[in-house]
Amino acid sequence: MKFTRRLAVLGAAMAMTLGATAQAADTIKVGVLHSLSGTMAISETTLKDTVLMLIDEQNKKGGLLGKKLEAVVVDPASNWPLFAEKAEQLLVKDKVAVVFGCWTSVSRKSVLPVFEKNNGLLFYPVQYEGEESSKNVFYTGAAPNQQAIPAVDYLAKDLGVKRWVLAGTDYVYPRTTNKILEAYLKSKGVADSDIMINYTPFGHSDWQSIVSDIKKFGSAGKKTAVVSTINGDANVPFYKELGNQKISAEDIPVVAFSVGEEELAGIDTKPLVGHLAAWNYFMSEKSPANSEWIKKWHAFTKNPKRTFNDPMEAHVIGFQMWVKAVEKAKTTDVAKVTDAMIGLEAPNLTGGVAKMLPNHHLTKPVLIGEVRADGQFDTVWKTAGLVPGDAWSDFLPGSKDIEADWVTLKCGNYNTKTKTCSGQNYK
Amino acid sequence: MIPTTFGAPGIFPGPVLLIVLLLAGLLASSGARADDPDAAFASGVAALSADNFADKQAAVTAITDTRHKNARAVLATLLDGKLHFRNTDNRVFITDGGETTLALTDPLTLQSAGNAPAEEFTRVTTNNSLRKTLRSAVASFALAEPDASVRLAAVKEMSRSLDEEGVALLRAALEKESDAAVKQAMSEGIAMVDLASDDADTRLAALEALKRSLSLELASRLKDMTTPAEDGSYAEPDERVREAAREVARSIESSRRVYSTIETLFFGLSLGSVLVLCAIGLAITFGVMGVINMAHGELMMLGAYTTYVVQLAMPNHIGLSLFVAIPLAFLVSGAVGMLIERGVVRFLYGRPLETLLATFGVSLILQQIVRDVFTANNRPVETPSWMSGSLLYNEALSFTYNRLYVILFMMVVFAILLAVLQKTSLGLKVRAVAQNRNMARAMGVRTQWVDAMTFGLGSGIAGVAGVALSQLTNVGPNLGQQYIIDSFMVVVFGGVGNLWGTLIGGMSLGVANKILEPWAGAVLAKILVLVALILFIQRRPRGLFPQKGRAAEN
Repeated sequence: MKFTRRLAVLGAAMAMTLGATAQAADTIKVGVLHSLSGTMAISETTLKDTVLMLIDEQNKKGGLLGKKLEAVVVDPASNWPLFAEKAEQLLVKDKVAVVFGCWTSVSRKSVLPVFEKNNGLLFYPVQYEGEESSKNVFYTGAAPNQQAIPAVDYLAKDLGVKRWVLAGTDYVYPRTTNKILEAYLKSKGVADSDIMINYTPFGHSDWQSIVSDIKKFGSAGKKTAVVSTINGDANVPFYKELGNQKISAEDIPVVAFSVGEEELAGIDTKPLVGHLAAWNYFMSEKSPANSEWIKKWHAFTKNPKRTFNDPMEAHVIGFQMWVKAVEKAKTTDVAKVTDAMIGLEAPNLTGGVAKMLPNHHLTKPVLIGEVRADGQFDTVWKTAGLVPGDAWSDFLPGSKDIEADWVTLKCGNYNTKTKTCSGQNYK
Repeated sequence: MIPTTFGAPGIFPGPVLLIVLLLAGLLASSGARADDPDAAFASGVAALSADNFADKQAAVTAITDTRHKNARAVLATLLDGKLHFRNTDNRVFITDGGETTLALTDPLTLQSAGNAPAEEFTRVTTNNSLRKTLRSAVASFALAEPDASVRLAAVKEMSRSLDEEGVALLRAALEKESDAAVKQAMSEGIAMVDLASDDADTRLAALEALKRSLSLELASRLKDMTTPAEDGSYAEPDERVREAAREVARSIESSRRVYSTIETLFFGLSLGSVLVLCAIGLAITFGVMGVINMAHGELMMLGAYTTYVVQLAMPNHIGLSLFVAIPLAFLVSGAVGMLIERGVVRFLYGRPLETLLATFGVSLILQQIVRDVFTANNRPVETPSWMSGSLLYNEALSFTYNRLYVILFMMVVFAILLAVLQKTSLGLKVRAVAQNRNMARAMGVRTQWVDAMTFGLGSGIAGVAGVALSQLTNVGPNLGQQYIIDSFMVVVFGGVGNLWGTLIGGMSLGVANKILEPWAGAVLAKILVLVALILFIQRRPRGLFPQKGRAAEN
């Protein structure tokens, strides 16, 4: 009796393992490469949940190509070299069909060679500094001309800003963005003495002297604004210090490129009312598609208070496009899917249609919002139509002549003057 | 403008009418205005339902200019975000109430207009420039308030963006003003405008009024006035005025420099206090016992999480929760510290490398436990209202409350610790064991028990530091790692085994960091301090205040 029971258990266990292997062969694996710990967890954790929701959603519709989708979640822990290791693991060991992941540009730069070497497919959902277009990456976030440049235009034209503080975390995205902004501002006649640039390390917490400097710089009689590319949890003590030193948004507005609803959810937003953020999506925008997705998100997380934000929208759009591309190509083969991606369309949650361009970027609306007391944004300005993403900035001397086009030129780094394709350079 | 042009004056009570008339008459010079203030006010309020901010701005200006008796209430409500308009007919109401129903008040009569469901209404939104106009407009109605401090705040608010009408209001109010501080603020505000006057004597008088100003805006304007253009001409034609302007500019610059030095010192001391708080527990475990405890940072993290848990338990008493958290954090971290000592460290006395590795392992275990219990995300720890904001000394100098309290808190903790070590029998035993373990044992001191208590004391202090850190930085599993290096730096710099050395060491590192930061940037300043410290340790391996005598020889 005892023996037979033991045998039965063994048999059941074997059946389960077999079942698991059988199931594994019948699924399409989707990699999720977002930091679930460390300084970037504040921003990236919800993106993981978003992808899980999208996969769940697709499986309820019957999966893809008759197979179920299966998520493979890894935690690169805000550690940039670990991003490359985990990417390698996803592509080589788990053999995922596609990866949704990364937030900071330094993590994207870290995984880029891995994706190109193993011919993987990455959907990158965050606004970034541009100056890149890889065959293996689709950039579903904003390029600088879809966020930074319009935001600066808004500040200069609508608010009459004359002096600029460019404050950022010390890594590739803020440095490149600020380089572009500096060149842009100077081309508009802003003097050197009216631009202050400041970099701080990841996770910086002692903002007293920097905020005090900003206050002094901004009280010289010319309208001043801070353009913030500060990333991760350093934003919390930064905004706290702004509040403590009583810098009001009416005097010195801070426009942030990396602070959205999710980042504000953790802090007391009353001292921040009126500070700005530039994104391509706000949760407070009223549209049927937006409220539908917010409802789905609340149902999936079983938490009616969870926020929805811009990079999440980018994943929603990116995921829908990938599904369409796979259905069109009838395979998950990376080369075929990449070709099928170009020209695909998916609705923006705030209206309009996002279209995948030959340079692997999207068309997007640009929105400027002011922080409300409840941590949401009031849209105060919006582009009239959609702005196509430009991979290579027109304001930097080196990148002015460079084009990215994966349809006609088959190159992400084509110099229109020398007529050469120099390929991707990892800097 | 004569009173007969007002329609239906009967609805105004006498004195209010008089004030309205006076103010309106005062402003009449500024141009065309509606004949009927009630009608003008009503149309201004109606225009607030516009869908763009430029029209709303115009409406606010129009409402302000009517000086209507309800204007202040309507504008203040708009500033609070409590003005809504009905979706069906765009009629604007002052509203109050919750998410589902709104209590309506008619802005024209300030009479209740019943209740209505919230979804039938849209909030009148504001943006930064509109709010600025609103604040200034609301302030302009407060110039006749009986409370001098309210008037002073109103004048300061108006001075941020003065237009012609504002100046006219200020001039009229100045004549009636009796309070010296308010008078001073008013004349400074007016003088800033007079500085652009065509009359040289007016400009001179304005500079005289601005003699004691600290305004950077004024400084940059004065600089523009007195700096010669390329052809040698000045923006300011009169030499007397230029001389006076230079004088004022010099005085602003010199007082600013003094205040800025004080400010930097304060920043340095507050950073130093944080460093001392973090290091002081380590000064005991590392300094007195000679144990390299890599889990010290995690004990601070536990203290910070204790604060979070206490706040969860008493969400309505955020201020009180900190005072509950301090002893609790001491107990939690102290208990974990004693557990580490009894469980790991005591087997490794005299083997520093093994201790280092073992405690490093413990630190990873503690981090992972916290990740499993609280998730890897940062936890929001609330700051009580008395810790936000700043103590304003003057325009150029203010001290943020949270940093002031940290300095104070550090001094209290330091004093208590010093008293424990100097005055209590535990302190006596701790010092005895630290000086000569065998002799202390021969005298009947239970050294094992003292070791555990000492380690517990140092760990408990780390927990208390964690409570302070929870108010300054993000509470997450990595909190400890950010401070462990700094803590060791302070202890080694100050001199191992010397509490006063830790205090002086932490303070000087903090101040040095803050002096370097403005011209080197936050990243480079830290590197420079580290390099300087390495060089210093090369010269004086035992730190600032090395231990002397026999104890130093082991």
